[in-house]
Amino acid sequence: MSKYLLVESRDPFDRRPANDLAALAAELATEPNQVTLFLIQNGVLEARDGAAAARLGALRELGVTVLADEFSLRERGIAPERLSPLVSSASLGVVVAHLARGDRTLWH
Amino acid sequence: MPDTRSTTLTFVLNDPPFESARSTTALRLIDAAVKQGFHVNVFAYEGAVALPFAKQAAHANAIHGHDVAEEHHPLPKDWIAAILDEAERRGLRVDWVNCGLCVDERGVGESIPRTRRGSPADLWKFVQASVNTLIIPTR
Repeated sequence: MSKYLLVESRDPFDRRPANDLAALAAELATEPNQVTLFLIQNGVLEARDGAAAARLGALRELGVTVLADEFSLRERGIAPERLSPLVSSASLGVVVAHLARGDRTLWH
Repeated sequence: MPDTRSTTLTFVLNDPPFESARSTTALRLIDAAVKQGFHVNVFAYEGAVALPFAKQAAHANAIHGHDVAEEHHPLPKDWIAAILDEAERRGLRVDWVNCGLCVDERGVGESIPRTRRGSPADLWKFVQASVNTLIIPTR
């Protein structure tokens, strides 16, 4: 089993299906691997409550941890109470920690 | 020389200053790594070689009615210098290398102190000497 950190920086309307990290996260998680999806920049738009409930729920079922960059959330006026319960706010320090432990990391 | 591989991270940047949030995010990430006690290697490719360009200059803003001081225009070269200062205070190493051919193409040879010119061979050495490498691709 490998550990992956997938960093999604683009909003859902700015991605082509072939480059969808959430889909890759689901695929990796079923292998199985330990997968974290970190939403950042416009990627956090998907972290709003109701924005992608089905997708995030499916990832949760597969054991994928979904995080959203707290700075990006604040920049876009997404208050904590508007965050999906399936997503946790996190600092960039989490990305550093994952890199430091050797996780295979992709940035989109 | 002590083996610092387990406490060293490498970042590969590609975006120029002022064009994309990726540039500021990358610098935030590098800053976070330094503050968590890591040595950091940065290899700047393509437009990213302009991030530490020494001749970046702030400007006034007539629309805002601001002079240069009032506009307080942020410059990536200053952010990078601040990261280098922070690393020095903490006894850490930040080795920023600009791809030389990318520098030549863009005419941005004047980079701030404590950054240097290099080649993909430096990136290879960085990768070998790091616990992990993150490439932040351009669009």
